[in-house]
Amino acid sequence: MKPTLLLGAALTALFLAAAALSFLWTPGDVQAMNIAGRLQPPGLDTLLGTDHFGRDILSMLMVGARTSIAVALVAVGIGAGLGVPLGLTAAATRGSLLDETISRANDLVFAFPSLVIAILITAIFGPSALNAILAIGIFNIPVFARLSRGAALSLWKRDFILAARVAGKSRTRISAEHILPNILNLLIVQGTIQFSLGILAEAGLSYVGLGAQPPTPSWGRMLADAQTMVAIAPHVALIPGATIVLMVLGLNLLGDGLRDHLDPRLKVLRT
Amino acid sequence: MLGYLTKRLISLTLSLAVASLVIFAVVEIAPGDPAAYMLGINAQPDTLAALRSELGLDQPKAQRYLSWVTGMLTGDFGTSYTYRAPVAQMIAERLWISLPLALYALALAALIAFPAGILAAARRGRPADLAVMAGTQLGVAIPNFWFAMLLVLLFAIKLRVMPSGGFPGWDEPLDALKSLTLPAVALALPQAAILARILRSSLIDALGEDYIRTARAKGLTRWQALRRHGLRNALIPVLTILGLQFSFLLAGAIIIEQVFYLPGLGRLIFQAISQRDLIVVESVVMLLVFAVIVVNFLTDLAYAAVDPRLRR
Repeated sequence: MKPTLLLGAALTALFLAAAALSFLWTPGDVQAMNIAGRLQPPGLDTLLGTDHFGRDILSMLMVGARTSIAVALVAVGIGAGLGVPLGLTAAATRGSLLDETISRANDLVFAFPSLVIAILITAIFGPSALNAILAIGIFNIPVFARLSRGAALSLWKRDFILAARVAGKSRTRISAEHILPNILNLLIVQGTIQFSLGILAEAGLSYVGLGAQPPTPSWGRMLADAQTMVAIAPHVALIPGATIVLMVLGLNLLGDGLRDHLDPRLKVLRT
Repeated sequence: MLGYLTKRLISLTLSLAVASLVIFAVVEIAPGDPAAYMLGINAQPDTLAALRSELGLDQPKAQRYLSWVTGMLTGDFGTSYTYRAPVAQMIAERLWISLPLALYALALAALIAFPAGILAAARRGRPADLAVMAGTQLGVAIPNFWFAMLLVLLFAIKLRVMPSGGFPGWDEPLDALKSLTLPAVALALPQAAILARILRSSLIDALGEDYIRTARAKGLTRWQALRRHGLRNALIPVLTILGLQFSFLLAGAIIIEQVFYLPGLGRLIFQAISQRDLIVVESVVMLLVFAVIVVNFLTDLAYAAVDPRLRR
């Protein structure tokens, strides 16, 4: 196993564990304000310092991790849950009107960057974490649909699929029983990548006020709050930003590492 | 080529039509009556009705959709509910910031990515390659708005060599360019990282081809073969990504504008959302989606012009 894969897995596990731990325990109270102790630099009392309301930054990061992870994870779920069946259907009915419709619809959704979807949804329902989930999730659908269509198409030409067809299995059953297990590795790798993109997108959306609303702590909004204070207390901006970078970096390393690890053919090609 | 062009044009028109229909439908189901919002809670019913008919809100939905689309085709985007100004004019003013910003960032991204990607591919597996790849890993992991804040902290607050935000207007071209520089750098960073990676892997693929071996056998050095034959062939996927990136840069500019208090499309759309000025939201979103679809269309055409196999 490559060291980068291990590093990625360790970073990801660290953030998942921190988010899980925050349900049971945080070093400080994320709701409690302490104006006298505001903008404290990192130190012994508060490990990562306090923000402009005197809230403990480490605790806010831990609780904020829940928001980021939940939004990105559900968005990957929406993308894969709808995208994969669509892609498999398109591949199974290759060249048909259905395939054409699905592919064109994918292209269309692809033309809406997740920020634009978020803007549209917010214009209607107002800002919330749910909007961020929907916006990023909708954006993920064509990603998974295209990937699974492409991968499934090459599988449909293989002999073992032909054998299954000769045995009388329906296209739906072949898709579910033979195609899906064979593209699962690809989907896991893509899922990891979309997860990390989702973390970035959630941070961006909540930074501009289209994501999670106060008092729910979120990494992006911590940065938005920090913006006016960056000159007097740089740590309020540096720490949440570095946290996002580490989480995204960890997921990307995990994704890249998994791709190499799960697909031995690539390893041969690369060396 | 002509047949291909016609086919693509039809599909372009269709995409734009469906996209506009989706945007119109989504904004249509938004709660709240713009006329009631404009007049406030003490509005008289007859004033309300008069305003509704003035804004065309009393017409059937299908007719309003058609007049919105035909209006846009002739450059008439309607009238802003809040400012009572033509939306087209408001967008045009803001576009003078967002568009140069996106183009500036695109140029910077290419300027960083090309040398980095070529260097990495030429020195594959060696320290220079590893350094570039580590740099791109970091580049795609950094949120660009946070990177923007770091740039402000360093260049505007500590070193005091760059403005921290605001826009002086194009009457002062040098100052204007200067105030767009940090935003453009922030926008360019992740795109440069993606571009450098794609250029690297595409170059490495090209370098494995037989024609490179032939070129080397002919007596060209590694570097000459890479420059004359590898780069050209590696460029096609890079151009596609560059096309895709432009639209993402335009959308990404919306967020970066917030960091630098630039009065671009981003500020316009967030103001419009908070004031429920839905016609502005609708038109700006349509413009962004239009940009994505048209740029993709142009990239496809460029692609087909270079590679005849794709014209089928």
